[in-house]
Amino acid sequence: MTPAKQNKQVKLLPKSPTGIPGMDEITGGGLPKGRPTLVAGSAGCGKTLFAIEFLVNGAIQYNEPGVFMAFEENAEELAQNVASLGFDLKELIKQKKLIIDYVRIERAEIQETGEYDLEGLFIRLGHAIDTIGAKRVALDTVEVLFSALPNRGILRAELQRLFRWLKDKGVSAVITAERGDGTVTRFGLEEYVADCVILLDHRVTEQMSTRRLRIVKYRGTVHGTNEYPFLITKDGISVLPITSIGLNHKAPAGRVPTGIKELDDMLGGKGYYRGSSILLSGTAGTGKSSLAAAFVDAACQRGERCLYFSFEESTEQIIRNMRSIGIDLSPLVKKGLLQFHVARPTLYGLEMHLVTMHELIKQNKPDIVVLDPITDFFAVGSHAEVKAVLTRIIDFLKANQITALFSSYTEEDTPNESVVGVSSLIDTWISLRNLENHGERQRGLFILKSRGMAHSNQIRSFELTNDGIKIGALDLAGPRTALNPA
Amino acid sequence: MEKSKPRARTRRAEKNWELRLYVAGQTPKSLTAFANLKKICEEHLAGQYHIEVIDLLKKPQLASGDQILAIPTLVRKLPEPIRKIIGDLSDTERVLVGLNLREQK
Repeated sequence: MTPAKQNKQVKLLPKSPTGIPGMDEITGGGLPKGRPTLVAGSAGCGKTLFAIEFLVNGAIQYNEPGVFMAFEENAEELAQNVASLGFDLKELIKQKKLIIDYVRIERAEIQETGEYDLEGLFIRLGHAIDTIGAKRVALDTVEVLFSALPNRGILRAELQRLFRWLKDKGVSAVITAERGDGTVTRFGLEEYVADCVILLDHRVTEQMSTRRLRIVKYRGTVHGTNEYPFLITKDGISVLPITSIGLNHKAPAGRVPTGIKELDDMLGGKGYYRGSSILLSGTAGTGKSSLAAAFVDAACQRGERCLYFSFEESTEQIIRNMRSIGIDLSPLVKKGLLQFHVARPTLYGLEMHLVTMHELIKQNKPDIVVLDPITDFFAVGSHAEVKAVLTRIIDFLKANQITALFSSYTEEDTPNESVVGVSSLIDTWISLRNLENHGERQRGLFILKSRGMAHSNQIRSFELTNDGIKIGALDLAGPRTALNPA
Repeated sequence: MEKSKPRARTRRAEKNWELRLYVAGQTPKSLTAFANLKKICEEHLAGQYHIEVIDLLKKPQLASGDQILAIPTLVRKLPEPIRKIIGDLSDTERVLVGLNLREQK
């Protein structure tokens, strides 16, 4: 290494952004620039995709051409595999922003006779790099060489030389490797790539599969040490750190009625903010779903589109139940304005839920999204994981200016505990309570908070009648003497 | 992917052994390999072979066509099927096996 380079490193480690959502946040800007990064993981965990995305994003977003040296799949196969993610590798190749060099080695075809080195590999790679002025390189998966060339000694020495050579070339490289048993990689490549090591993992806990990513080491930089869940979506890899999208979404000032006039009145006379997140919390049978249905009904009547994720009840059941309080949702469903998506939370892992929601929201482009209830997610993930996922959903919805309504089931004695984690993400929080009063159960409703608007501080009565939802004054001064039990 | 190159040449000439030796500059390994190859060919294939030496330092674009990684690599283009022998060809027995001039023991 030249002294100049060393100086630079002391100052600040330059980064090469991956363009993978979430990844650059947890690495403080991307992978080490001009250095090799090892990405290890077992089969099917997304290594190749990671490498491809690094190159494709580099070529498209950062004007850094890339060379993909593929040891396992040929250019045609690679292009096909990632076409579904919207990557047009052939176009990039045509524009001279990408070179795919497929290295095929057949053990049966090769006979070893005496001394050799892998200069051919270096020349090929060097030639490809120089042809398009590549700044990024991916080697996927270099370990294939171990099964093709019997002389491990030569191979190890040459790989070590290769990684040093990549560094000297000043290209940011991603080297993928197979996960080893008890070691990071099967052939111990981590010994040679000392700058950055990332581990991808695909694991099944309680019948639920989750993908996770961890930065094992990143020399000279501060990095997140957690295991981050990640998704492989239609758009590629997406890592889920809490702050991935950030707080720079627009805040529309427009309002959207709640579907109940009295509730609108309580919220400064106009209802919720458009694009805000609303939480309805309450114990069993307090009318959370009914309130949600009223909101959805009113929105669809105005011609807006709604997407209703139900995690407990079937579509039929919701429609039937809402009919009993005078809300008929079925014509809205027929018109296509209201779409239900019914899935048990335990059906698949949190990440899959997130993916499904993302995709449905992108497809349907709704104005309003309902998640009923979010508390069911705690059955599939830890508190922190659920919060991370909800944060992502909320960020995503806000970025798209979609009004989101979440319902949350709470226990009788600790009314707010299970939602405390997410309450900070919520703009308007309406609490529903069962109040016992004069030997009678009354539903009570009050606004716990509503950011950015004057709102009522009253506890109001909340009734579900055949003709809809009625909000009124709470009957505190009842006929005390007559009904007071002895 | 790997087509045998100009057919005309093989038909025209008597030589029906088409060999290609890939090297990267005049390194000791390359020189040894060439010397070894020449010797083996003279002994076993006199008059019926053609050796083409390709220096990848001068023509790096040729490395991918024959899937070259190791240097030196000897490629038997003809007779088919294609065979590859890597190394400085110092082990004559293995070279002969590799070229299919001798049965593997």
